[in-house]
Amino acid sequence: MQTMIEVRGLTKVFTLHNQGGTQLPVFRGIDFTAKRGECTVLFGESGSGKSTLLRSLYANYLPTSGSIHVRHRGELVALSGADSQTLLQIRRETIGYVSQFLRVIPRVPTLEVVAEPLRLRGVETAQAQARAGELLERLHIPQRLWSLPPGTFSGGEQQRVNIARGFIVDYPILLLDEPTASLDRRNAATVVELIGQARDRGTAIVGIFHDSEVRDAVADRIFHVQPQAATDRMAS
Amino acid sequence: MNREPLLQVRQLTKLHAPGKGCREVSFDLYPGEVLGIVGESGSGKSTLLSCLSARLAPDSGSILYRTDAGETVDLYQLSEARQRQLQRTEWGIVHQHARDGLRMGVSGGANIGERLMATGERHYGQLRATAARWMRDVELDVGRIDDRPTTYSGGMQQRLQIARNLVTHPRLVFMDEPTGGLDVSVQARLLDLLRQLVTELGLAVVIVTHDLAVARLLAQRLIVMRRSQVVESGLTDQVLDDPQHAYTQLLVSSVLTA
Repeated sequence: MQTMIEVRGLTKVFTLHNQGGTQLPVFRGIDFTAKRGECTVLFGESGSGKSTLLRSLYANYLPTSGSIHVRHRGELVALSGADSQTLLQIRRETIGYVSQFLRVIPRVPTLEVVAEPLRLRGVETAQAQARAGELLERLHIPQRLWSLPPGTFSGGEQQRVNIARGFIVDYPILLLDEPTASLDRRNAATVVELIGQARDRGTAIVGIFHDSEVRDAVADRIFHVQPQAATDRMAS
Repeated sequence: MNREPLLQVRQLTKLHAPGKGCREVSFDLYPGEVLGIVGESGSGKSTLLSCLSARLAPDSGSILYRTDAGETVDLYQLSEARQRQLQRTEWGIVHQHARDGLRMGVSGGANIGERLMATGERHYGQLRATAARWMRDVELDVGRIDDRPTTYSGGMQQRLQIARNLVTHPRLVFMDEPTGGLDVSVQARLLDLLRQLVTELGLAVVIVTHDLAVARLLAQRLIVMRRSQVVESGLTDQVLDDPQHAYTQLLVSSVLTA
């Protein structure tokens, strides 16, 4: 199967310049590959760097060393060294990311929030909103809430809006940071279904799932993220 | 990317005194892109914005602008008349102090209509209807359309200034702390409005702000300035979530929530 993400020797160390240059090593020398049509679950104890790895794949965090390549428009493109225009294009077309928290402009209606990624790709408003409605319906967000901004919604509702926003585009690569963390069984099942459908379409999925039931249902492969050894932390 | 940049800034320098102004600033701005410039007061953000918008000649460096007609011009090689024409027809400039961007002697409606007339609209009813629609869009009471901006509150003046600048659908808008004096509710409405215009009209924006939350919601890219120089730049969420420079780290960690 085609490689969609290729990570080689990835090391991440946070340097806190205002704390006397304190170094916080997260992980070192990670090699990782994600394939087309496969769901890879990042696994590891709290603090092992799962989220840091996921964020690095989205170019939200910069690697300290090592490389990340993603397949964009048919070719493997290096994230580090890519200019902002290319990174923005990769995010618009190739990589979707569902974060744990919804961050949107206040007062924008939910339907528009969900439809936005499609709109940014040039899809007509009516068509984008129709698709947004379908997803919101599947995720059990009642229609009377669609015209309201999600800011006032419960945590679980906001997360579902976030999920709808992430799944509205058929991205070749989809990154999921605990998408089912505050969902009930019924909605978690919908997310499992959405993941399965995306995978069948050929999407490479990389995700963090604490719920073992969900994990077992979606994982084709488990990748163990090894934390930096405690002795290493002490040494720096 | 095969799209051509709207603005190409190279080694732009304008120093009022050592460390005061902007020094060796370079970046490209593309259509439909929002670039945020953040940094402490006195870091040179406003000087940079003045140079970019042809209001303050730089000491050195160049700014290339691609016009609506598709030609690329060097801003400071143009005549002042041509610079003013660009400002009036293709650009919008939203000043930090609304009074600098408004004509205080004519009505609120005329402030909006005037810009439209500069681009060729002459029909009075049409001008007035458009002015009223924009007043509603920025949540100004349309009943105040015939009042002069001197009778408006500071927040209302700012919203009027923004309407005046956006009514002609400019290609490029420069904004200096546009949401500074506004109520949060109005600020949110304006952010939404700006985002829509950016998405639908391909509007490009350079926005100077000290509000990192505003920068995060609006700007795809961020430039961080300190003591006249750019210390860091990149995708907005990357700069704010994984800042590399000591100053950016301090800036981000000093904010309550961003």
